[in-house]
Amino acid sequence: MSRVVGDLSQLPAAGYRLHSLWGWATLGFMAIEGTGFALAAAAYVYLMDSARQWPLEGKPPDLLWGSVMTLVLVASLLPNFIVSRAARRRDLAKTKAWAVVLFVFNLAAVLVRAVEFAHLNVRWDADAYGSITWALMLLHATHPVTDFLGTCVLTMILFTHPIDTERLSDVDDDAVYWAFVVAAWIPIYLLVYWAPRWAP
Amino acid sequence: MTESHISPAAVLDAPTALPPAEHEVLARTWSTPRGLWGFLTTVDAKEIGKRYVATGLVFFILGGLLAAVMRAQLARPESGLISPDRYNQIFSMHGTTMMFLFAVPIMEAMGVYLTPLMVGARTMAFPRLNAFSYWLYLAGGVMLYVGFVLNIAPEAGWTAYPPLSGPQFSAGKRTDFWAQMITFTEFAGLAAACSMAATIFKMRAPGMTLARMPLFVWAMLTTSLMVIVAMPAVMLASSFLISDRLVGSHFYNEAEGGSVMLYQHLFWFFGHPEVYIIFLPGLGMVSEITQTFCRRAVFGYPVMVLALLATGFLAFGLWVHHMFATGLPRLGDSFYTAASMTIALPAGVQIFCWIASVWDGRPRFATPMLFVLGFVIVFVLGGLTGVMLASVPLDLQVHDTYFVVAHFHYVLIGGAVFPLLGAIHYWFPKAIGRMPSETLGRISFWLILVGFNVAFFPMHILGLMGMPRRVYTYPAEMGWGGLNLLSTLGAYVLAAGVAVFLVNLIVSARRGAPAGPNPWGASGLEWATSSPPPAYNFGLTPVVESRHPLWTSPEGLPVMTGLVHAPREVLLTTAGEARPDIRESSPKPSIWPLLTSITTTVLFIGSIFDEWFLVWASLPVLVCIIGWFWPKPSHSKTVGAPEDNVPGALA
Amino acid sequence: MTRSGRWAAAAACLTLGGCRGLQTMLEPVGDQARHIGSLWNLMLAVCGVMYVLVLGFLGWALLRARRNGWRSADAAPPAATGHTAAEPMLERSLGSWTGLIVAGLILLVTVSFLVDRSLAEVGPDPLRVKVTAHQWWWEIEYPQQGGDKRVTTANELHLPLNRPAVVELHAADVIHSFWVPNLSGKTDLIPGRVNYVSMTPRRVGPLRGQCAEFCGLEHAKMAFDVTVESPQAFEAWRAHQLEVAPDPADAAAQRGKTLFETRACALCHQVAGSEAGATNGPDLTHLMSRAHLAAGARPMSRGDLAAWIADPQSVKPGTTMPRVPLSGPDLTDLVSYLETLK
Repeated sequence: MSRVVGDLSQLPAAGYRLHSLWGWATLGFMAIEGTGFALAAAAYVYLMDSARQWPLEGKPPDLLWGSVMTLVLVASLLPNFIVSRAARRRDLAKTKAWAVVLFVFNLAAVLVRAVEFAHLNVRWDADAYGSITWALMLLHATHPVTDFLGTCVLTMILFTHPIDTERLSDVDDDAVYWAFVVAAWIPIYLLVYWAPRWAP
Repeated sequence: MTESHISPAAVLDAPTALPPAEHEVLARTWSTPRGLWGFLTTVDAKEIGKRYVATGLVFFILGGLLAAVMRAQLARPESGLISPDRYNQIFSMHGTTMMFLFAVPIMEAMGVYLTPLMVGARTMAFPRLNAFSYWLYLAGGVMLYVGFVLNIAPEAGWTAYPPLSGPQFSAGKRTDFWAQMITFTEFAGLAAACSMAATIFKMRAPGMTLARMPLFVWAMLTTSLMVIVAMPAVMLASSFLISDRLVGSHFYNEAEGGSVMLYQHLFWFFGHPEVYIIFLPGLGMVSEITQTFCRRAVFGYPVMVLALLATGFLAFGLWVHHMFATGLPRLGDSFYTAASMTIALPAGVQIFCWIASVWDGRPRFATPMLFVLGFVIVFVLGGLTGVMLASVPLDLQVHDTYFVVAHFHYVLIGGAVFPLLGAIHYWFPKAIGRMPSETLGRISFWLILVGFNVAFFPMHILGLMGMPRRVYTYPAEMGWGGLNLLSTLGAYVLAAGVAVFLVNLIVSARRGAPAGPNPWGASGLEWATSSPPPAYNFGLTPVVESRHPLWTSPEGLPVMTGLVHAPREVLLTTAGEARPDIRESSPKPSIWPLLTSITTTVLFIGSIFDEWFLVWASLPVLVCIIGWFWPKPSHSKTVGAPEDNVPGALA
Repeated sequence: MTRSGRWAAAAACLTLGGCRGLQTMLEPVGDQARHIGSLWNLMLAVCGVMYVLVLGFLGWALLRARRNGWRSADAAPPAATGHTAAEPMLERSLGSWTGLIVAGLILLVTVSFLVDRSLAEVGPDPLRVKVTAHQWWWEIEYPQQGGDKRVTTANELHLPLNRPAVVELHAADVIHSFWVPNLSGKTDLIPGRVNYVSMTPRRVGPLRGQCAEFCGLEHAKMAFDVTVESPQAFEAWRAHQLEVAPDPADAAAQRGKTLFETRACALCHQVAGSEAGATNGPDLTHLMSRAHLAAGARPMSRGDLAAWIADPQSVKPGTTMPRVPLSGPDLTDLVSYLETLK
């Protein structure tokens, strides 16, 4: 036996951020990756703490390229913010335009990251300092790389398919995730580039 | 198993049923195609849940057979039945199978099947991710067992400490298979946990506020959040190990600034919460069964919820108690003693509440309730030996002895397997549509209870008498032979009990009495639809006004209409108050989860042999992911809903 | 250890169950193990009481069920979803139960902490011993105060009665764990790190220790003999251990010594007074003074020694000691030589 107490047919069929399951997927990713970063950072500090000197041998990574990366990422937060608002306002033209701008920043980040690896001044198999430095950098690197690939596809779709709320919501979720990628970089940047310089 | 054998009448019998014509349309929208293609592409949480549980039980049997061999070897001193190398592989495989391939997956699997039904949803939040999770889990388990058959199974224990598991002392690919199996199962676990958490937060029936959620759902929510925080730790631990072994890194190489203790910290930061990840769903199951068979709400619902959350939180502060013998600073150790003892408090409180529910209720001791009684008897003893182990000085005597082996079997079998067996018996009619045999259920319960205690209680004494663990044999003159023989006999009685339980499932699936929607007279939403449920779970959307919907709606279950019958659509409600929020499309059967898991399997297994696989084999994975996420037509347009001013939009 | 004492120990172990009690925390004969033993008794009592209370409550509930319960043949009684009459009383009981658990845990944490602190205390003028764990044997050294002569032996630990001993723990390869339950709790030996364990033995007699951290293939056969003896006997033993092995008088033993020095034996083993001086395997200078061989895998006897040398893999599969092909007479001579290493 049942009695009808309401009707759902007038509910909207789309939503942004945590109104939609895709927002929760983004949140889940951020939780998992964030935990991974935190633990890897803890491993770095653990190894640094028990070392006689840090780096164990040789020079720290070149400050220039890490700082360039930080600047590129922080600067990218502006187009990121703009595209996120544009998507939630359903401003299709603005969304497309700033998605392209953001794409350029993504690409720059990927390229700078590649250069960073060449200037770490240590190999992953040299010693534990090398291993954990490469581990932190690789863990973070997967994010600009995968985000770049995803943004490629999404931006392409923005220009070739009719745009509906789901696509705009995807752009917004992507922007939230990119902000996380930038935020996660800051502590890693401090550990990889500055801890060896500050460590006694 | 599709629902082809259910008569429409049975489906239409339930409180949330639709009229026949509408049922036809909805069933066609949500059903899985027949045959092999359907099997490979299904995204139905019930189908995936059932195969996940079945596969988990297969690994349980395999792990149990390995244990039977171990017990045969240890029944006599200097037995000589199995070589040391093979024995070391066997005990490593036993632990690895039980922890990674049985216990966690089967608990998640029960959640995958039950959670949508218990919260009144049509399916889980990420159906394709669930399917992917299953295939990846299967691949990892198969890979490990292929290694075992080829005599290259891991032999460094389920914990695989370096340096023993490192490149210098563990030659060949054995430990690499172990470490990569972790990657498979952890990805699978994380995927399932994300889906579970999103389902519980966003897909609850209207009116099912957090305070009205069933205790099993609270348990699955807490477990999912724990999985998200714990599993990255073991992924790092095992990935660093593979890296040391394959590309010459030095994470765990003391000679080059690495630390073997880093492994132990990372592993146990995961390892301790892992046992609570296994245990918490069991607690949820105990609550649901107790409630139904004692005809009253579990006593102290708010306290029970707090206890679950407290356990989940505290579980992350205990891991060092696995490392008391390693020479860490003593004062730090004392903190972990205090924390490890503190976690006994929520468990003790919950035990009181369950017994109080029996005391104050109108109990009927059907098989599921017998398993609950067994749980109390066995788990509490294990919990108390856990309090003993929490003490540093005492742990220094019994750590790495058979006392610890006894402890963790008491808490894991008592705390997880007993509730699981009760739960499988309890929800069997819902999933299969037939009643399990009560006679076989009782026989299996008594064999398991007696066999378990005869097998494992003597191990406490053996540990106190000085028998270390992970030994392939022991000298006759130590005087350990008698208790070992007794333990072996108990193990075989336990095995017989498990066999009877499984026979019950198989026989009852064919010949059990047909079950109606609510054969036990229970209160949750899963009993408001037919047994088994139609592919779409609920025709009308149930509305919840209390913690016990089917017990407190005398004039009929409140429902809502309005979700479309085609294409697939689910209702999302707000995370706290469960007010209807939006409708969202739900994926159709898809081959992408299987293809992605195949390409991922190639990536994972290949990278054990050559690190460049990580790069090249990523490309097919990427292609699959793009196929998976390729945009579908707008749901708003399909159902004719307006797109301006949707929730979350800015003006 | 006197010769008859050694034989007594071996004989005791050979009789069925004779080694019972030599490797157990339930018969503590050292300060540390006694403290832990007291803690164990307290734990057992407190946890036992709690278990009885839980089972009692459950039993009471089951008894009430005979009156309140229902059978499957009857219709299910209506379910109680609101507050029942008993709930206020149950809530108060829950409060008391929680208080009892908290009190019990505070007691146990406090006593545990105090016992832990006592374990870390070291008495005055401790004897220092250095143990290095290998896969799958124990290298044991007694540094001398003053002078550079150190006693080096394998798989046996001698301790003087009533004197605290501090054992310095090293590992040569993987993680092992040093455990003599009758004296103290276990402590891991971790490569790259140094750990310490203290023990103060209070009763003379033989004991047994065993590796308690899985360390590979023959983890199960990595035990060592512990002998607690009077300070005089200990000094006599230590002095004897410093003696160089005399040249054998017997011709067979003389041939055996030559075999030892020229065959593979000398690549791993050391016998002071011979030309064999390698240190990757156990020091054999006073081999026959030990109660067991191969880290507890076999008792020390001529037959066992011969079997071990003839095929180490059959005694301890996976051991690093290789099988050195020897003819029957050669093996006999070699064993004759080894028997002179008292």
